[in-house]
Amino acid sequence: MPLTLASKAAADSQDYLWTLNFGPQHPATHTTLRLILKLDGERVVDAIPDIGYLHSGFEKIGEHLDFNQYVTVTDRMNYISPMANNVAWHQAVETLLGIELTPRCKYVRTIVSELARISDHLLSTGAMGLDVGAFTFFLYAFYQRERIYDIFESLCGARFTNSYTRVGGAMHDITPLVVEKIRDFLRTFPETLDDMERLVNRNRIFVDRMKGVGVLSREEAIAGSASGPVARASGVTRDLRKDEPYLAYSDFDFQVCCARAGDCFARYYVRMAEMRESLRIVSQAIENIPAGPINVAVGERTALPTKPQVYQTIEGTITHFELVMANRGFEVPHEEVYAAIESPNGELGFYVVGAGNDVAYRARCRPPSFIHFSLFPRLIRGHTLSDVVAVLGSLNIIAAELDR
Amino acid sequence: MQLLEIVTAITERHPGIVRSEFRGQTRLLVPREEALDLLRALKEQFGFDLLVDLTCVDYLNYRDAVDRFGLVYLLANTGLLANTGSSQRLTVRVMLNDSALELPSVTGLWPGADWMEREVYDMFGIVFQGHPDLRRILLPDEFTGFPLRKDYPLQGRGERHNFPVITRGQA
Repeated sequence: MPLTLASKAAADSQDYLWTLNFGPQHPATHTTLRLILKLDGERVVDAIPDIGYLHSGFEKIGEHLDFNQYVTVTDRMNYISPMANNVAWHQAVETLLGIELTPRCKYVRTIVSELARISDHLLSTGAMGLDVGAFTFFLYAFYQRERIYDIFESLCGARFTNSYTRVGGAMHDITPLVVEKIRDFLRTFPETLDDMERLVNRNRIFVDRMKGVGVLSREEAIAGSASGPVARASGVTRDLRKDEPYLAYSDFDFQVCCARAGDCFARYYVRMAEMRESLRIVSQAIENIPAGPINVAVGERTALPTKPQVYQTIEGTITHFELVMANRGFEVPHEEVYAAIESPNGELGFYVVGAGNDVAYRARCRPPSFIHFSLFPRLIRGHTLSDVVAVLGSLNIIAAELDR
Repeated sequence: MQLLEIVTAITERHPGIVRSEFRGQTRLLVPREEALDLLRALKEQFGFDLLVDLTCVDYLNYRDAVDRFGLVYLLANTGLLANTGSSQRLTVRVMLNDSALELPSVTGLWPGADWMEREVYDMFGIVFQGHPDLRRILLPDEFTGFPLRKDYPLQGRGERHNFPVITRGQA
């Protein structure tokens, strides 16, 4: 790190500057990341991000675990919306293998990724409020997140690290109990959302700390590769759900939420508006889930067949046997693909290289947090020290995804 | 301009560029000498204004691989700045070998490439000429290996044992 200035003369000319270490352990970074701030009084002259504290070699592990095992690692990337990571990873693998999902699976995956979006936005807006002093707002958001955890627990048994998807399908089919819980959530959540908006949208303290802080222009957002709510708050009308419809998104009526201001308030506002659109998508999807199997047919040889198929048909027996044998498994082309989804945080894509067997030769993750955090120094320059937490919160930096 | 027209125009102008397609994704394999010129043309003439990702693949043990490293530029046309309309994607691949692990940086074209190039340098040891601040980004500066190379073992080479241990008394 060039933490010192190049020459003594340069250092002397700037000796009124004060260097402050922000992190790696600081409550407002939420996770483990470090900023070296150069302060002139309370004004931030420059910020140097220092990351890598949570680097765990996820991409290296991806070259040693098979396609189904690696989904447990993707949970731990953006751990506030693990379902979206599961969907992104298996979408890339299925693109590589050329698998067409069943209509039911597409709907179920759409529902879980939209619920993941709501839970992600609840945490990111809630934490943003917490950082600038709106504690009640955070508690409202967190209570609703618990209810989404409950839905996921009924769906797949895990609350936090779901690992729900499998190549060509999902771990479990959606049950009437889950449908009922989602319906209940859809009924009551808009009320909380109204309450949350009423709490802070016109709150003088909140608005003053958010408006005009950390402005990202549209050109800067595109040049800096920003995506998701961060880019949309700057007027980039790009949403993969509309631009490159995947899963079942082309079946639903929803809007892409954008703002022009590009400041922290716009990013907050886009996230709040997106939650309402996600609710619309889930409510349309949950009433129209197609019947049929959730996993692809036995002939594809990717998803484990059901027990009746294993015991009563020869194809089922053979497929089950081959999938559980270590040296059998999938036939993967020697090719490489990139597939991305619109994750809550932005474009989350995987670049997967296949090498014949069921282990990826290279499993590159395109992490939105990493790209958004590189914009941070540009956003904070000229603002005050107290704005650091507001900007950091509005970018929704998840260090586990940042460092992988 | 349709993606097909763009790719045809490029392959006519640069005969050294090999085009391939897989699952509807168009890839261009570009000789390293032409890489920067082509990327500049893609950005400035054909409107690929978004660098989605920049990564690298080590083809050390890969079947039929001739070259060691493959750099991957994932480009997209948002259609917003030039008002060209639809979203297009294009993958540009550049092959590199141990004899010269260098390539011109694209930070001048897409400022977002800054950290992506630093990560590729950190993990694969590929040097981007003209990068404003090419340092390790995820690993500590003292680290000696390039862990995403295929000849680097999964459990590491014991670099961690060389890191200084600071006790509470010294700190």
